Amino acid sequence: MAEAHPVGFQWVMEAKRRGATVIHVDPRFSRTSAMADLFVPLRAGTDIVFLGALISYVIENERYFRDYVVSYTNAPVILRDDYRDTEDLDGLFSGWQEEKGQYEGPTWRYESTEHKGEDSQQTPESHAERSAQMAGPKVKAHDTDFTLQHPRCVFQVLKRHFARYTPQMVEEACGISQEQFHKVAKHLCHNSGRERTTAFCYAVGWTQHSAGAQFIRAAAILQLLLGNIGRPGGGVMALRGHATIQGSTDIPTLFNLLPGYLPMPKAGTDKSLAEYLENYTARSGWWTEFPKYMISLLKAWFGDAATQNNDYCFDYLPKITGDHSHMTTVVNMADGDLDGYLVMGQNPVVGSPNAGLQRKGLRNLKWLVVRDFYLVETAEFWKDSPEHERGEVSAETIGTEVFFFPASTHVEKDGSFTQTQRVAQWHHEAIAPPADCRSELHFAYHLGKRLKELYANSSDPKDRPIQDLAWEYPVHDARDEPSAEAVLAEVNGYTVADRKPVDGYLKLKDDGSTACGCWIYSGIYAGGVNHAAKKNRATDHYGYGPEWGFAWPSNRHILYNRAAADPQGRPWSERKALVWWDEVKKEWTGYDTPDFMKTVPPDYRAAEDSQGTQTISGDDPFILHPDGKGWLFAPAGLQDGPMPTHYEPFESPVHNPLYGQQCNPVRLEYDRSDNQMAKPIADPRFPYVITTYRLTEHHTTGGMSRWLSWLAELQPGMFCEISPELAREKQLRNGDWAVVSTPRAEIETRVLVTERMRPIKLGRRTVHQIGMPYHWGNRGLVTGDSTNELLAFGADPNSTIQESKALIGDIRPGRRDHSKAITKEATNAPEEELRDLPIARHRPIGKHHVHAPSSKQGDQT
Amino acid sequence: MANGFFTDTTVCIGCKACEVACKQWNQLPDDGYHFTGMSFDNTMHLGASTWRHVSFIERPVALNGSDTGFSWLMASDVCKHCARAGCLENCPTGAIMRTEFGSVYVQQDVCNGCGYCVSGCPFGVIDRNHDDGRAWKCTLCYDRQKDGLEPACAKACPTDSIQFGDVEELKERARKRVETLHEKGVKEAYLYGGDAASQPGTGGLNAFFLLVDKPEVYNLPPDPEVPTMRANQSWKSAGLAAIGVAALALVSALVGRTARG
Repeated sequence: MAEAHPVGFQWVMEAKRRGATVIHVDPRFSRTSAMADLFVPLRAGTDIVFLGALISYVIENERYFRDYVVSYTNAPVILRDDYRDTEDLDGLFSGWQEEKGQYEGPTWRYESTEHKGEDSQQTPESHAERSAQMAGPKVKAHDTDFTLQHPRCVFQVLKRHFARYTPQMVEEACGISQEQFHKVAKHLCHNSGRERTTAFCYAVGWTQHSAGAQFIRAAAILQLLLGNIGRPGGGVMALRGHATIQGSTDIPTLFNLLPGYLPMPKAGTDKSLAEYLENYTARSGWWTEFPKYMISLLKAWFGDAATQNNDYCFDYLPKITGDHSHMTTVVNMADGDLDGYLVMGQNPVVGSPNAGLQRKGLRNLKWLVVRDFYLVETAEFWKDSPEHERGEVSAETIGTEVFFFPASTHVEKDGSFTQTQRVAQWHHEAIAPPADCRSELHFAYHLGKRLKELYANSSDPKDRPIQDLAWEYPVHDARDEPSAEAVLAEVNGYTVADRKPVDGYLKLKDDGSTACGCWIYSGIYAGGVNHAAKKNRATDHYGYGPEWGFAWPSNRHILYNRAAADPQGRPWSERKALVWWDEVKKEWTGYDTPDFMKTVPPDYRAAEDSQGTQTISGDDPFILHPDGKGWLFAPAGLQDGPMPTHYEPFESPVHNPLYGQQCNPVRLEYDRSDNQMAKPIADPRFPYVITTYRLTEHHTTGGMSRWLSWLAELQPGMFCEISPELAREKQLRNGDWAVVSTPRAEIETRVLVTERMRPIKLGRRTVHQIGMPYHWGNRGLVTGDSTNELLAFGADPNSTIQESKALIGDIRPGRRDHSKAITKEATNAPEEELRDLPIARHRPIGKHHVHAPSSKQGDQT
Repeated sequence: MANGFFTDTTVCIGCKACEVACKQWNQLPDDGYHFTGMSFDNTMHLGASTWRHVSFIERPVALNGSDTGFSWLMASDVCKHCARAGCLENCPTGAIMRTEFGSVYVQQDVCNGCGYCVSGCPFGVIDRNHDDGRAWKCTLCYDRQKDGLEPACAKACPTDSIQFGDVEELKERARKRVETLHEKGVKEAYLYGGDAASQPGTGGLNAFFLLVDKPEVYNLPPDPEVPTMRANQSWKSAGLAAIGVAALALVSALVGRTARG
């Protein structure tokens, strides 16, 4: 966190000053470790073993917050009797469909679940979507055991699932001593309960594993057991925000989401608005409000053209036909199936895995648009790349037409950043952008304008979406810069009749009388005031700063904060009071905007036939879940299991110590000759673990730092970090050159020998880890080989995020031969080298593995 | 009254924002792009174009009170703006002066590049620019202070490792911080240059540091002394010597005359 989020880390230092214990768990000793009270190094990719053992410790030693767990989580809920655990099936859950390579069926559900429509787990392209969560179960009270003793209740199932995650297993799998494990466990338990809370913070590297979503789930389960969710000082903090990553999922750049986490409609199943709303509107919980948000969004986009009679122009929305995530898009490019590509503020040739395959994709496009501050590697791939260096391609042979648009920096435009705690903060244009540099808003707005002009006279029905798109924003100055505040007003929402801003999402309607660009941000422009631009320092109880920017939703700083009070609505303790029920005024109140219906008392109980938000009882803090409870066991929404399970990374030096199933069976793996994989287990050619990361001095792929002398001089070249033990083993000297190789490529790097890297002891075996920052490429003031040449296409099935934190490779002294291939492309591992042993071995070809047509293979390499 | 820095190295996270903020505000050039292999330090030392510099020290021992088995000390070094400044006292042109803020400042329009200041600094801070030969160092952001702003490095520091203010107030704050650290078990914490008593050779530093290991570990001199510190004594000794020599000459002359006579 100190390394990648130094500004946010000031609050950790503040907490430390006030007596907090800081524990850092990481494969390497970083700047964060230097500030920690306890440093716990582990083998990269074994986090679920560690967290699972903590879960087991908390349960076995009865250190969980019982009142919280019983009332606010699904611990008492009884599961179906045909559910089978990974303990029963050696690493698989029930519902595994070997021929399809995915889980199906109802076995993960609550015993009493009423389900609507079709099975949400069955849609083949359903990874990374939230439909299942929205249309999830409705639970009846009689299918619970509040004593938590029933063998099929969630609590007992969870206990059994993690029973073999012991301190001994942690020692064997993660390389963490039992003594250290117990220290962490004791700190956690001591700092949780009524009077104290613990926070988990992770930088997004935690998601970059083939079971990344489950890593986060494991932390969430632990926090629910300890009663640390919805309470001050608790939570699981995703450290996002370079510079508005949170904002980029809220109003998404993702292929499968519309603004405000509404699912993108799918071809086949969402043919009409009615069908779409039926598929995703929940029967209980807050997502029963879904139609209001969707119809208001359509009104914001299509204005007067959107009427009840034409489904509010729902037909105009594109429908997704499958996985359109980054890596799948790139392999489609490489196979010649894509014409054009817009890259805005991104540098995939350096920042995305398997850089060779990324470039192959770009070479097979007809056109490419890059918007950036500098001519980054992605913009110059056509004239300078490792393939050029060794004479395989030349500018003359690449047909891609590249357009470069210089971009404004954040001080040269108005707009907002949404930081990691969902606080949107406005920034103002301080100086005009130089020359032809323009904002993204300018680019998108004028592109839309030109498209509308081009299609103005068309009578072809397919052009109606462009013709009917509401695209009127005031412009100013000689650049015709559109007003960012006008966009914010649309995001906030308004009543259609008078265009007055609405006060918040509670005012949105499903009858076309309101429009709203993103329901969760509604209220950010209430009263016609830009609340994101507020900059009044915090004077409130906890220093959240309600007058500093705007925290979506409803300027609420802690989500699910109803859980900060006990079931009767009283704070769990005075010390940790946040939100409580005011018996006199008959309303929820406190130090934060309550995350609950303001006047619904704690003793309200939803009736069997309740509808809409009335299905949420007074003791249901997790209002977005259809059952109002925190999910220790996720009955829907995940592709790879209802509970986290340890799987080895898809390339690992060891066997999975817990199950026969080696890797996440549902992982996305791209089985292609241009994406070579190592042998699944202990490939002798690649004996070391590689983990990748950022440095403070550079920003991601260097587009904002490698072209700036003051930052470039601070970390002027690519290096790797290794332990003195590995240096001795491989005769590597500090400061010298070395070559690091994986099945995909080999790159050269300087060597930093440091005791901050430690060999991991797994029983009698020692595993060495190589640490690699990934900021360099072949352009800019400081250059170097890119770590992403080494990585593979392969991802978490829920999020389609690549596995880049744990892989295997080799290292040797010296420099690479620049005339030889940096990337390798050959045949895959022979058939007998099965990637999954002994079960789930026959993963079907085609679903996640996009095979390159053989005719393409010779073209570019 | 004097303004200065209290640099608390125990909360430095090594982000180098101070180095960058300093270079940006003062529009200083880079020092070249050299991978050093010295931990995360690639700018190495203070100089004509680096007025804040963060050192990274890897130690195989943990800090008292922590359970990390290892420690990585980070410290942002800067001109100390000594109470008795060797550079200032060595400067023959009067280019180096004491400002109204108590800082030591090089007037670039007066400096003739003689370099006497360089040999006068016991910390090796002040440095001549290779291009024009003039001497450069931290100005304690004289221009920012004139406008009521704190220096760029202190402003940029996310963890308040660099604190700017009235030196006496800072010293009070620093002494309390040392006490707090001692209570927490970090017994090795102490102030470097916190007063004239502990560092007579400089008369105390207006930019002083809280350290947890010997000064040498941070590339700081254990017992710095401004060369001009002993100037009076030297002149007295020289005077005495001269008198002695003169007396000896007189005596020998007399003795010689007597002998001859």
